[in-house]
Amino acid sequence: MRHIISILLENEAGALSRVSGLFSARGYNIESLTVAPTEDSTLSRMTIVTAGSDEIIEQIVKQLNKLVDVVKLQELTEGAHIERELMLTKVKATGDAREEIKRLVDIFRGRIIDVTDSTYTLELTGTVEKLDAFVKALDMTEIIEVVRSGATGIARGERALSL
Amino acid sequence: MELTGADIVVKCLQDEGIEYIFGYPGGAALHIYDALYRQDKVKHILVRHEQGASHAADGYARATGKPGVVLVTSGPGITNAVTGIATAYMDSAPLVVISGQVPTHLIGDDAFQEVDAVGITRPCVKHNFLVKDVRDLATTMKKAFFVATSGRPGPVLVDIPKDITAEKTEYIYPRSVSMRSYAPVKRGHPKQIKKAVDLLLNARRPIVYAGGGVVLADAEDALREMVRLLGYPCTNTLMGLGAYPHDDPLFLGMLGMHGTYEANMAMHGCDVMLAVGARFDDRITGDLSKFSPFAKIIHVDVDPSSIGKNVKVEIPIVGDAKSVLEDLVRELKARAAAINQGQTKQWWQQIDEWRGINCLAYDQKSEKIKPQYVIEKLHQITNGDAFVTSDVGQHQMWAAQFYGFGKTRRWINSGGLGTMGFGLPAAMGVQIAYPDDLVCCITGEASIIMCIQELSTCKQYDLPVKIINLNNRYMGMVRQWQEFFYDRRYSHSYMDALPDFVALSESFGHRGILVDQPADVEGALIEAFAMKDQLVFLDFITDQAENVYPMIAAGKGHNEMHLHPGSGEPPQERELA
Ligand SMILES: Cc1ncc(C[n+]2csc(CCOP(=O)(O)OP(=O)(O)O)c2C)c(N)n1
Repeated sequence: MRHIISILLENEAGALSRVSGLFSARGYNIESLTVAPTEDSTLSRMTIVTAGSDEIIEQIVKQLNKLVDVVKLQELTEGAHIERELMLTKVKATGDAREEIKRLVDIFRGRIIDVTDSTYTLELTGTVEKLDAFVKALDMTEIIEVVRSGATGIARGERALSL
Repeated sequence: MELTGADIVVKCLQDEGIEYIFGYPGGAALHIYDALYRQDKVKHILVRHEQGASHAADGYARATGKPGVVLVTSGPGITNAVTGIATAYMDSAPLVVISGQVPTHLIGDDAFQEVDAVGITRPCVKHNFLVKDVRDLATTMKKAFFVATSGRPGPVLVDIPKDITAEKTEYIYPRSVSMRSYAPVKRGHPKQIKKAVDLLLNARRPIVYAGGGVVLADAEDALREMVRLLGYPCTNTLMGLGAYPHDDPLFLGMLGMHGTYEANMAMHGCDVMLAVGARFDDRITGDLSKFSPFAKIIHVDVDPSSIGKNVKVEIPIVGDAKSVLEDLVRELKARAAAINQGQTKQWWQQIDEWRGINCLAYDQKSEKIKPQYVIEKLHQITNGDAFVTSDVGQHQMWAAQFYGFGKTRRWINSGGLGTMGFGLPAAMGVQIAYPDDLVCCITGEASIIMCIQELSTCKQYDLPVKIINLNNRYMGMVRQWQEFFYDRRYSHSYMDALPDFVALSESFGHRGILVDQPADVEGALIEAFAMKDQLVFLDFITDQAENVYPMIAAGKGHNEMHLHPGSGEPPQERELA
């Protein structure tokens, strides 16, 4: 099963490598990992998307909690939550394709953020499935590059991960 | 008053009450060494190889329960120490390792003797720090001691760039530190304690399986009281030996790969298992799919990640072994009327039947020295009261099976990592902590050579360790596996070109005794122990063909042990009541 784990981490050198090292040393799977500072400069927020049986996820959570740099942790997928990922795509856009891509971007509520004579750069935010669907819909188009941020997320309602 | 970083490091050690540190100097650590020179509170033991420093500090820590401290230089200093750090990590020994680092402005430049110490040690420390500002130094040192010694203990590295040890700041050593991201649990949850007692009181075929966590938490008294209250059988892991006295009728001996027949059979047949401070390591469980098929398991551990890692647990209790065992005792006493020892009568009958075979049998009439005999004699002569360290191999298993421990912190061995070379430096650490006690290092001719240089340290500091070398001219444990599982193809396990150990020890200024007749074993031990202020190297030429029994081979269950032919017929399997 796919799980999203949100972590508040001490914003210290080496903290990221402790987390990533844990995953590689114990053979856990990482689909994506994002990390950035928060409004509190001593904390970073990390989102890890992983997959595994319930036992493995339980171990991952325990092992993460055991890391001294992990301040707090929440398994987002345990409750209602919102998940978003940002994707930037550069595509070949010439002739009729220019209109077609524009329509597609509208349907997916994306934006064209950069234009040249022969290319578009597209921005799209959404769940992982939505981004996957968009890439699939672009199948007639020549994709030059795709950049995905990895998923981030937040719990719905009152539930929050904060100190 | 303003102090340099180097003086701060030493002050912190003093204020932490550290008496001994184990180390080896080098460029990046020289300011700290200079600060050591200018004081005499913290005594520095100069080892001969940094691996020796981390093992010695580890031995000191395990024997005393206090943190062991290591000081090494950058680059090769810290890489040499890593084996000892990983050894301590696997067995949860509290170490604080201070390493010099190249100056801050050179970090990342591939400077002379630079390695990424924090990166290299990350997977084998409980935590580590790189100090980047002298103003953080004292607090970091305090945190290092706090993390190393609390919760599930372990090694912590503090890497200090050379320039930081030269810079000055005001010295304040915090009396305590709190870390928002680190708060080990102490007490077990009262509800879980009650549930555990419910289950224990209803057991028909109970077993208490206690490991190194009981030793680390100094929980042996509580364990003994609980086991005796219930009258239940108890087994110890390799790391837990001494937690329950070897000669108590409720004790089944060690369990696991080379554990006793009765302990392993009881583990297999039990209906309720209380695991305390033990982690269901693969050397304990054998094939997990065959492990204790009828058992409901209560698992007490201070480290939540140990619980449910390898086996499914009915009642998890996160907490310090001592506190939880004391709570269990209290709850049991409150419900004393419900303790019905008659309930386990049939189980005890079954256990006694298992005990009927002699699973630790060996040939008593051999003309060659049997290693088991040496350990039995050692037990007799020392009244089972010596500190015993060991290396890794057959001798380690025989020491565990035959020495017979009555107290904790007396049996000091590398169980988790299985590090050959551990025994001698660990014995040094123990001897430094207990200068008047008898410290024996049980070793093999292959293991002892791995840290033989420490004979020189023993000379310098007058450490009268007694080395019991069970010399079978083979990496015996490797040879045993090759005999059993590789059709006797003894690939590279013969120890060719061995030194003359007696002459070797004498060249270091010690005494050596060669023993090659069974009749001389006892006399040699007595003679060696009479030399109270000498290190004596006893080189016992033992039977090369001897194997460690019983044995659970890979992929087998606890009820599928390989027994010594002299053990007698195992009782017929029968339906468990
Ligand atoms: C550093 C290290 N290298 C290799 C091993 C693998 N190993 C385990 S036991 C053993 C043989 C030990 O031989 P010896 O010290 O003579 O003891 P014996 O088994 O003969 O009692 C070896 C090589 C190890 N445990 N540690």
